[in-house]
Amino acid sequence: MVVIVQECAFELGAEIEAFAKGRTDAGAVVNFTGIVRDTPDNDLDRMEIEHYPAMTARAIEGIEAKAIERWSLKASLIIHRYGVMKPGDMIMMVATASPHRVDAFEAAMYLMDYLKSRAPFWKKEYTKDGAVWVDAKDEDEDALGKW
Amino acid sequence: MIDVVYFAWVRERIGLPKEQIETSAATVAELVAELKARDDRYAAAFGDVAALRCAVDQELCDFDASLTGVREVAFFPPMTGG
Repeated sequence: MVVIVQECAFELGAEIEAFAKGRTDAGAVVNFTGIVRDTPDNDLDRMEIEHYPAMTARAIEGIEAKAIERWSLKASLIIHRYGVMKPGDMIMMVATASPHRVDAFEAAMYLMDYLKSRAPFWKKEYTKDGAVWVDAKDEDEDALGKW
Repeated sequence: MIDVVYFAWVRERIGLPKEQIETSAATVAELVAELKARDDRYAAAFGDVAALRCAVDQELCDFDASLTGVREVAFFPPMTGG
């Protein structure tokens, strides 16, 4: 159960390989990767993610602990970046390993839903028109209701 | 003394990431009322409390949370992680 909050990029392939390789306790590994999406006008210059350093890792670990209570997980890995990113850059990844795929998928969904709305990150988009803080979506808050 | 930290547009509107405040506020809501009355920058940041979230000692909380024994209070907009 690993949580990493870092500014620098991560190697998705290497992370997943290391996470899944040689695992004999879990027949199912699920990965979700979040990528900086361009604006509909394709004018996103960069995204900047601010976070609350004293709280971030602890908040994510709390979310992870709830997932471990609820699903049969043999391992989990959460990497979330902060700082400046370009369209197409990877922001974060979640990986879960479980004996069965339903647990791996559901736990990954749960982790994603909670990371969206309960981990202290704030996204700001810079376009030619200036900088705008990304608003939290009602549907992201609503997504927590299903758990 | 209590440390108060601000993030995202709350930080930008107030113009500070962090400050130490001498307060007798018993709850987060009372602290908000105190800060809001300071000047236009704080009024702009705390104008719509429904648009804000808060944490005490790095744990998310409600605005009626007690400040007894609390060392750090944080104010920020709804989070946009993931």
